[in-house]
This record gives sequence, structure tokens and C-alpha cells, in this order.
Amino acid sequence: MSRPTNLSLGRWFSYRGGTGYLLWALHRATGVGVLLFLALHIVDIFLLGFGPELFNELLFLYKAPWARVGEVFLLFGVTFHALNGLRIIVQDFSPRLWAHQRRLVVLEIVVFVIIFLPAAWIMITAFLGNE
Amino acid sequence: MRVTFKVYRYQPEVREDPYYDSFSFDAEPTDRVLDGLNHIKWHLDGTLALRRSCQHGICGSDALRINGVNRLACKVLIRDVGSKITVEPLMGCEVIKDLVVDMDPFFGHYRAVLPYFMNEEAPPDRERIQSVEEREAFDDTTKCILCAACTTSCPSRWANPGFLGPAAIVQAHRFIFDSRDRGAADRLSILGERSGVWRCRTIYNCTRACPKEIQITKAIGEVKRRIVDDRS
Repeated sequence: MSRPTNLSLGRWFSYRGGTGYLLWALHRATGVGVLLFLALHIVDIFLLGFGPELFNELLFLYKAPWARVGEVFLLFGVTFHALNGLRIIVQDFSPRLWAHQRRLVVLEIVVFVIIFLPAAWIMITAFLGNE
Repeated sequence: MRVTFKVYRYQPEVREDPYYDSFSFDAEPTDRVLDGLNHIKWHLDGTLALRRSCQHGICGSDALRINGVNRLACKVLIRDVGSKITVEPLMGCEVIKDLVVDMDPFFGHYRAVLPYFMNEEAPPDRERIQSVEEREAFDDTTKCILCAACTTSCPSRWANPGFLGPAAIVQAHRFIFDSRDRGAADRLSILGERSGVWRCRTIYNCTRACPKEIQITKAIGEVKRRIVDDRS
């Protein structure tokens, strides 16, 4: 019988790491989300090869209310993933910045808010205006 | 104060699955978590298995997951973790019995980074001189006691048991940046492989878990930088 490793999904979530652990988890989650959207996008572009009718019929997917809300989540995912990735690259190749992790995270959040909030506002108002 | 210890138990000769036992008793707020575990073993349940040796934060044998985070049981006071204390073995290691885990893979990774002085040059008449600045380059990583608190707090290690882990990289750093050593190229070659430093995602769990307060994420970053600089 194999020995237990005290490792399960629940234990992953219950480890009390710091800000870096939280951001890493969010980075992974947004990465998977963006990847799923990319897969869907590749499939719909692929269908274009079977003629414009089929492609146009599939567009209902992106016009549905849940898909419009999903676009805001997509924006969140792409923006966060990109900015967090840039922060990690900067920290990885500038070890002297290790002590300034908190400041870099604050900077990341500020830039994220500046990009995400106005864009999300434009998307939501456009969606509600079309209803 | 009244304390309640919730302790992870795995006794394969008695029960197949792991479970938790609770023990309540009176303790001083200034007692260490290790004192509580000793009290359980000596007075409440002698079958509890745990590792401890020096009991003063030097040998590193009593690293455990205490209230959800890796710490040395002999360095944590009960007043700092509260009256309800959950004690579990280190994550990602095979549990042999209760709080005792198999450390062989951990020490295997440690040995893989050639953690010893390498220099084939003839020794000088008296000693290999090193300036204060040269010593400072690796001063921090000499403090490692190989307790595994860092390596077993690393999500990359949980997902990829083949990842060398923070402790092995810290040990390699100690020699790579030693001006007297000549084995840096060999070590950097090992650390530059898929199971080396590039598995690190700069999460900082290791730095937070280190009982000796080694700046582990910084040390790993310095090794990454060195690999890139040497290649370019």
C-alpha cells in the first residue's frame, strides 16, 4: 500500500502562504481561463473553413448575455495574467528587488485598475445600452 | 492556558487511512509547540511518532506544518499560534508514521547539486584569502539547516516532486557564489535543467517558511540571473 503524502487539493488551498501565493493561484486560474477561451476561439475560426453560414450561426454564442459578461472576465484574466507575469519576470531577473515585492504588487494592482476599470466600464455600458 | 492540539495521525499497522487526534491539556503561553508535542508523547499517548533532536532550532529535524504553515516546532511559542493548534507532517513527502516523513527524496535532491567545496588547484601556503565583500555574496545561504520547511511549502514542488526545490538551490548558491570554489559551472548546468531553478515561480512561500530567515527567493533569483548571464 502506498503511503499518504498529506497532499490534496484541499490542502493546497489551506496552506497559509502570503500575497505571492495568492497571486500565483490567481495567475494559474486566469491562465487556464484564457487558455480555454483561446481553444474556443480556435474552434470557431476553424469552422470558418466549412463556410460563412456555419460560422455566422455560431456567433450567437458571443452575443448571449452570459458571453458578454464572460468578456469582462476575459479582460480581467488577460490583464491580470499579463501584468502579474511582467512583475514576476522583473523580479526574477532583478534579484535585488526581492525585498520590494509588496511595492511591486501595489504597482501591479494600480496599473491593473487603471487599465481594467475603464475598459470594463465601456464594455458593460455598451452591453447594457444594446439591451 | 488550556490548549487543544489536533494532530495528524497515520499508523499503518493499526489503521489504513490517516486521521486526526485531539489532545487538550494545560500549557504555559511561553511553551513551544514542541513542548506540547512532547507532553502528548510523554504523558498522553506514547505511540505518537515525531522527529526532534537538538530542540533549539539548529538541527532542523522538527519542521512541521503548524496551523497551516511550515515552521520549526521548537521555535514557535504557543502564545504566537493560539490555543487551537493543528499539527501536520510536511506536505508532499510520504508519511512513514504520524508526523515522521520520508526525507530521502529531499536529501537526494540536496546531493544532486554537489553541495561540497570543489577546487582542484593546489592549495596556497596558508589559506585561501577571501574579502569581506566576497564572503557577503553567499553569507545568507550558509545559514540553511536543511529542515525542508522551504521545499515542502513550494507549490511547484508539490506539483513536480522531481523539482530540486528551494533548499537544494540554496545549498548550491552557497558554493556557486563562493569565490574559492571552482565547481559553479557544474552546479549551474544541473540547476539550468528542467527540474532546476526554472520550476520556481517566485511565489515566496519558501522565504516565509524559512526558520533561519534566509532570503531564499532572492538567492534563487541570483542563480537564475547567473545562468542567464553565463549563457549570454
